[in-house]
Amino acid sequence: MLTIKVLGSGCANCKRVEQLVHKVVDSMSLEAKVIKVTDYKDIMAYNILSTPGLVINEKVVSTGRIPTEAEITTFFASALEIA
Amino acid sequence: MSKQAKHYFKSPLREKKNDMTTISSPAKPASSQRTIILVALSGIVWVAAYNLIQPLANWISYSALRLPQDSHLGESLAFFLYDVPKILLLLSGMIFIISIIRSFFSPERTRALLGGKREGVANIFAAMLGIVTPFCSCSAVPLFIGFVESGIPLGVTFSFLIAAPTINEVAVIMLLGLFGWKVAALYVTSGLVIAIVAGIVIGRLKMERFVEDFVWQIKSGAGQVLDEKLTWNNRIERAWDSVKEIVGKVWLYVIIGIAVGAGIHGYVPESALASIMGKQAWWSVPAAVLLGIPLYSNAAGIIPIVSALMEKGASLGTVLAFMMAVVGLSLPEAVILRRVLKLPLLVTFFAVIAVAIIFIGYFFNLIL
Repeated sequence: MLTIKVLGSGCANCKRVEQLVHKVVDSMSLEAKVIKVTDYKDIMAYNILSTPGLVINEKVVSTGRIPTEAEITTFFASALEIA
Repeated sequence: MSKQAKHYFKSPLREKKNDMTTISSPAKPASSQRTIILVALSGIVWVAAYNLIQPLANWISYSALRLPQDSHLGESLAFFLYDVPKILLLLSGMIFIISIIRSFFSPERTRALLGGKREGVANIFAAMLGIVTPFCSCSAVPLFIGFVESGIPLGVTFSFLIAAPTINEVAVIMLLGLFGWKVAALYVTSGLVIAIVAGIVIGRLKMERFVEDFVWQIKSGAGQVLDEKLTWNNRIERAWDSVKEIVGKVWLYVIIGIAVGAGIHGYVPESALASIMGKQAWWSVPAAVLLGIPLYSNAAGIIPIVSALMEKGASLGTVLAFMMAVVGLSLPEAVILRRVLKLPLLVTFFAVIAVAIIFIGYFFNLIL
């Protein structure tokens, strides 16, 4: 199972990433827990400088932009491979 | 990520879940040649279009619609039909190039470059890196915390936080298209000077105690900083995405702004504005700055109007001050920064920039 975290304080881009994540999780029919992290203290624990951030199984895979659906799919696939 | 993997996953996914392993196999970038050809073709189309719009605008206004050459309506229409496609073309082309350049920078790299430099020099670096580092004001808080926490002085952090939004690509490109490269260069230089000076001033004021306490308590995770290896294909794709995003966001403002500007261009008499926006009116610079504050982020709509106003007697210093206030003094950014700055520091931050902008306005009114 994947633990997916979307880091961001609720800006438009962060919401977009969250939507995309849900969409890809559904289309891959993954078992995944999607968590929104909005507190700056928790966000900064991942040592990032720009939001939105995307974290899969505690590993930062993207920051400061909206990854495409295809990219998110690849992120998930390679996380599954490692796990 | 390989190109092949990407295409692979565009196909229906449910059935393929079991042979995920195939995606890790090395794939040669099959479509990179196609991308290069596509970029080259777009370049040629761009140049052709850019050269066609002036004759086309004149032809539509004066030949097809038979408006007389010196009529108000004819002049306004030709102005509008030329400027709208010109600005939209300029925005698309230049944002693409700027985004490619920016793909070589990241806030993480900027932070690493700034670490260990002494104040003064670091302020200059921070302001210049503010131009090329991809930055969105919604990320101002994590960036602020990350910079300060890694030991970058407060004043240097502010130099970056002032330059990044003020020297905004849309504003600079529109100035370039409507005022020419000299004014665009003046704007960029002024923005740099303001960011450097304001950052040094804030640094000297020793206002660290007015940073919210939680910022000093945050310990960034030991996690490795994400450092992506991008291929040219990635860079081009991302640059194209930001063109779509930015032009998609501003095109309507551009059209409305140019429409209003075209109206002023055709109908307002010459030097009608000299008395209120000219050099003689000493109060025009601070008034322009005040007026600019609530108009944040609408540079796209405001610059064409201001450009028309200048033809009618508004002076360049006043106009530049106005535009910097529109872009640089943004209320939403202040609201975001309130999360990490106590009120006295936030007010100082705003006041120092405002004073610097007013000073720049008077300076250009005086020397030009």
